[in-house]
Amino acid sequence: MGFPEDASLHGHLLDRLYGHAFWLTLAAFLAVVAILGWCLVRYRARPGRLPTYTHGSGRGALLLSLGLAFAVFVGIDLNLALEDHRVFDALVGTPPDPAKAFRIQVMPQQFVWNVRYPGEDGEFGTDDDLTTLNQIHVPAGRPVLVELRSMDVVHSFFLPHFRIKQDALPGLTTRAYFQATKTGTYEVACAELCGLEHYRMRGFLHVGSEEEVAEWIARTREEYGADQELWRAWTRMKRESD
Amino acid sequence: MTPGAHPRPAGLLARVFSTDHKVIGKQYLFTGIFFLFFAGLMALLIRWQLAYPFRSVPLVGGLLFGKGGIMGGEHYTMLFTMHGSLMVFFAVTPILIGAMGNFVVPLQIGARDMAYPRLNATSYWILFAGGLVMAASFFVPGGAASAGWTNYPPLSSDRGVTLGQGQTLWLLGIVLAGTSTLLGAINFVATILNLRAPGMTLRRLPLATWSYFFTSVLNVLWVPVVAAALILVLLDRVAGTSFFLAGANAPFEGGQPLLYQHLFWGFGHPEVYILILPVWGILSDLLSVFSRKPAFGYRVSVIAMAAIVAVSGIVWGHHMFTSGMSPLLGKAFVLLTLAVSVPTALLFLNWLGTLWKGSIRFEPPMVYALGIVFVFAVGGLTGVFNALQAFDIYIHDTYFVVAHFHYTLAASVFLGSFAAISYWFPKMFGRRMNARLSVVHFLLSFLLLNVVFLAMFRMGIAGMPRRVADPFVYEYLQPMRGWSVLAGWGTLGLGLVQLLFAWDFFRSLRAGPAAPANPWGAATLEWSVASPPPPHNFERTPRVAGGPHEYGRPGPGGRDWVPQDEEVSLT
Ligand SMILES: [Cu+2]
Ligand SMILES: [Cu+2]
Repeated sequence: MGFPEDASLHGHLLDRLYGHAFWLTLAAFLAVVAILGWCLVRYRARPGRLPTYTHGSGRGALLLSLGLAFAVFVGIDLNLALEDHRVFDALVGTPPDPAKAFRIQVMPQQFVWNVRYPGEDGEFGTDDDLTTLNQIHVPAGRPVLVELRSMDVVHSFFLPHFRIKQDALPGLTTRAYFQATKTGTYEVACAELCGLEHYRMRGFLHVGSEEEVAEWIARTREEYGADQELWRAWTRMKRESD
Repeated sequence: MTPGAHPRPAGLLARVFSTDHKVIGKQYLFTGIFFLFFAGLMALLIRWQLAYPFRSVPLVGGLLFGKGGIMGGEHYTMLFTMHGSLMVFFAVTPILIGAMGNFVVPLQIGARDMAYPRLNATSYWILFAGGLVMAASFFVPGGAASAGWTNYPPLSSDRGVTLGQGQTLWLLGIVLAGTSTLLGAINFVATILNLRAPGMTLRRLPLATWSYFFTSVLNVLWVPVVAAALILVLLDRVAGTSFFLAGANAPFEGGQPLLYQHLFWGFGHPEVYILILPVWGILSDLLSVFSRKPAFGYRVSVIAMAAIVAVSGIVWGHHMFTSGMSPLLGKAFVLLTLAVSVPTALLFLNWLGTLWKGSIRFEPPMVYALGIVFVFAVGGLTGVFNALQAFDIYIHDTYFVVAHFHYTLAASVFLGSFAAISYWFPKMFGRRMNARLSVVHFLLSFLLLNVVFLAMFRMGIAGMPRRVADPFVYEYLQPMRGWSVLAGWGTLGLGLVQLLFAWDFFRSLRAGPAAPANPWGAATLEWSVASPPPPHNFERTPRVAGGPHEYGRPGPGGRDWVPQDEEVSLT
């Protein structure tokens, strides 16, 4: 269908929803175009051709209107709304259990993604935290829970290969979740205009095994140390909004 | 109203500040065309940058962007911000509502002018002032506004992050445009309700006038909302308040950036109907005139438009599915938004029903109108995708959305404007445009706009975010380069084709053949007076005896229509 490769557990549901909406609307479109084309050919003005004088306000036309209204509402609206409801719940409506999920905090600012890992103890704000720029490492096969909070303007955390997008606002924590099924490196895009260099706000999502990710976090923390400055910024923002 | 209600002004000053709705309509028209030209040029620059990011812009690059002629991220951001803002508030609104509405509505209802002629002139001159402010904003320190036409705070309101004075002027300019629209809308509502000629009952109103009524109701309800929100942003920017600021940079606690988004889209969604409703109304009338058949299902069309007006105020959440809004609330917005498809489908049924068994004349206004049925079908049906919360999360803020609203707000609305101009040009200026040029202009525009906007759909599906100065910094978008180049050249072609229309328009103003009073054989009242109409429109107040679409019905003298002010003799 032209989407980027799907590397997530739920992305295919969304791709299928798109497919259904696509065929339904295409059918409606072709019906309109076919009738339009037919009229243009069949009822074009010709010498001696008399139009039919009718206001389309009789019983027949009214029944046709009601029938079409019913068909559109049930066949397109309710049909797609129900599927959307199911896909939405699978995709974003049901947050993973924080105890089992791989948790990160993402704090965008003009024009970088600050990423924070809780470290081995699973708690943010402790000594074994790790903060990185633009590099996100997550394990495959486990739900990832992302907490977002902007440090300045509105940004939007977009993972095209995981069919996920979530705005990050200042003074408000938002959440996004996904589960990666394929290892590899994918791109993070900023999808909300955030300033003159918005286009440079590109990050990377590395999906590896649990061991690889743990090893990478430990090694990087060894090299750079924990950045408590950013943690203080996060808690300060939180206090002000609560 | 007495014949001397507004005495004919003599001096130049009085002619410039005319209170005649026909003159004001023309003022709106030329203002709209002026801004359309510049906002269109911006589209060319935008598409050049997207096709060939950071490559020297041919011809004008050096002049606009300095040595090397390469636009920077800042130029690009200002360009798309101003393109959207000028198109919506200073091109489409003045042409479709200010110009066509002002000129046509009083004539169609048999009135001598708008209800408040001086307020009408005031509305125009407020828009004019707003246009000056917008134009000036390009020349102030820091350059023009750069927060997008949606103007989300804190980006737009925190002076720490958006430095330009242009942002402040933008807020002022848009508030002026909104004030102009609001005053105009009050005038339309009052005019349509109170100044109808004897016999012009609501059931005999042409559908174009009905659509101007509904559009004006929406304007009266929702423009104040966005104006209030923008004034609060302005205060955040210049007076140190904190309505829409939160987090570490906010001077005070309790501000909420999300609140702005709710207020903006509370207006923003009705705004799309504000712009498209007149197109629907005009389209409905034109299909009837040129099929020589009454408009099919007139009452259902009016009810459908009313239903859309009612629902349009409670669907805005579909612009905010990724904002962190409650998912449950989101589901309500999904169903409400999808429900808009029901009245829309009924309008399509009635358009096709009008053509069915008609005798279709392919005159220029009709050709444009038929094009609208096609492009609005694409625009309307792709709206379904945006309504689906789960799918919208993926396409939100991508080119899919851009393509969708360009099919409705650019393709449908501009074909609608061309249809209206080509239909009423003889009445406005007493001359005729060249039919063959108009048809060529239509065919090429139709082809090229589909090329450009279909390419945008393709890029949207690939996940290309909008408002990105160089989408190809992203590896996953590399396969889209070809599509972006295609859209670029398509836009250039589309721009050049518009010169054809401009040439025909301005040439016909002076040199077009003289138009008769009723060149199309149309039944509504504006065609019962001379082209152009006399200063007070009607020598005698017309008495309306029938409906607006009495075509295909033999009348005296071999006519196949019955004018609205003619008593039908039953033979
Ligand atoms: Cu950003
Ligand atoms: Cu909307």
